[in-house]
Amino acid sequence: MADVLTDTAPDTAAAVPEYPMQRDARCPLAPPPAVHGLRDGKPLSKVRIWNGSTPWLITRHADQRALLTDPRVSDDDLEPGFPYVNAHRAEIAPHTPRMITNTDAPEHTRLRRTVNAPFLVKRIEAMRAPVQKIVDELIDDMLAGPNPADLLTALALPVPSLVIAELLGVPYEDHDFFQRNSSIALDSAASPQEAREASGALAAYLDKLIGLKLENPGEGVLSEMAGRVNSGEMTRTEAVHMGVAMLIAGHETTATMISLGTLALLQNPGQLALVRDTDDPKVIAGAVDELLRYLTIVQTGVRRVAKEDIELGGVTIRAGEGMIFDLHAANWDPEAFPEADRLDITRSARQHQGFGYGPHQCLGQNLARLELQVVYGTLYRRIPTLRLAAPVEQLAFDRTGTTYGVACLPVAW
Amino acid sequence: MKVELDEPKCVASGQCVVAAPDVFDQRDDDGVAILLEEHPGAELVDDVREAVAVCPAAAIRLVER
Ligand code: HEM
Ligand code: SF4
Repeated sequence: MADVLTDTAPDTAAAVPEYPMQRDARCPLAPPPAVHGLRDGKPLSKVRIWNGSTPWLITRHADQRALLTDPRVSDDDLEPGFPYVNAHRAEIAPHTPRMITNTDAPEHTRLRRTVNAPFLVKRIEAMRAPVQKIVDELIDDMLAGPNPADLLTALALPVPSLVIAELLGVPYEDHDFFQRNSSIALDSAASPQEAREASGALAAYLDKLIGLKLENPGEGVLSEMAGRVNSGEMTRTEAVHMGVAMLIAGHETTATMISLGTLALLQNPGQLALVRDTDDPKVIAGAVDELLRYLTIVQTGVRRVAKEDIELGGVTIRAGEGMIFDLHAANWDPEAFPEADRLDITRSARQHQGFGYGPHQCLGQNLARLELQVVYGTLYRRIPTLRLAAPVEQLAFDRTGTTYGVACLPVAW
Repeated sequence: MKVELDEPKCVASGQCVVAAPDVFDQRDDDGVAILLEEHPGAELVDDVREAVAVCPAAAIRLVER
């Protein structure tokens, strides 16, 4: 009955909660409490977003799996009713070329297969030694530098930046430029103008680099894409946008998992001891997936729109209605993960949806897992006395960006 | 036990290779899954079930007989 009402009644402001929802400041690592209420009461319900529209919020793990693999559910952000994350995304959609992040099968499948090769499990595994070297050197520098230090600047931000640069084949001297522009382009607090300029600067730079690689192919993803441009498999514009997407998608996310993962472990010393004292790579790999589940740092939700009417659990999602998949709600769904509010690195968390689900599930997930395995497997072992150097209450959490993280994490040892 | 791979659906995430390396591999040029073992032995059933569960494209089926 309640479902029928929300389906047909006009969406009055009182009946429809605002999304994103507020977290409880006392539990900064937990999802907003109201999300649990929706999941356990009305798992499919409408929410109001920044532009006044009222897409569906999908909160259960099982519903997300069903809908995110449903061919009637579209990632095409030019379809009417698409629930954009913010004004900037709405504004750039018509000017963004079609690529993996805004297409559906069969186009999506074709495009994704052109960028997959560097992310093959065996090729990512081959990066383990270089990633270990990057992490070891950064920890050497951190130990040689001031104590306390900010974990973000000392380790969390440079690791993914150096690793993506290695993956793409970007020269080291351009890293500051990258770090700055990719964080502005991602920041939903930035004005559309600022965000556009930052993405533009990155695109222009990558275009120049791809131009060089078209003539002189070398190592890395950009060279590989240049090869596909030469053979007519993709256009140069597609290659540039793909490069920008990888940078933006892989930098802040991984950095946040390094810093927030460390914060979560420092708050759970028993779990930290398990990670620190193990020799078993499987235990570390389990800890990575459990932290990805527990923290679910992508806080804006995965956005889609229905292309046809879809019936689910007695509710009809109409063609043209938007859908937001709240990943944290699904990852704290007790039906999928008993005692979901407990961090337990020994549980089987492999089916978490921290990387999304369906054909758009994170392209960089194997790389992100590798980076986190190396960092978690090294940092606490090399610095066993690592501790927070500021009270948790003083940490400034970013509640508006795509990823939920802290701008600065003071640590001492 | 028979494993079926719906290749056109595969988005080459490689999660099956992580879960069941004795049963799946990936094509070098585009990462699409390759079925190494269409009739894996009983000792691999758990790995294959895990692969079915983590495949983001719902491209793997396990037919038990
Ligand atoms: C811990 C780190 C990371 C997290 C939590 C994360 C999370 C996600 C999520 C939730 C999605 C799904 C979006 C959707 O379905 O609409 C996604 C997609 C994507 N991610 Fe990641 N990501 C991480 C690291 C990376 C890295 C390292 C890269 C690349 C180097 C990357 C590249 C991408 C790309 C290109 C997509 C779009 C895939 C598609 O639409 O087909 N990500 N990521
Ligand atoms: S897990 Fe599924 S989508 Fe990923 S490579 Fe294997 S079959 Fe393809």
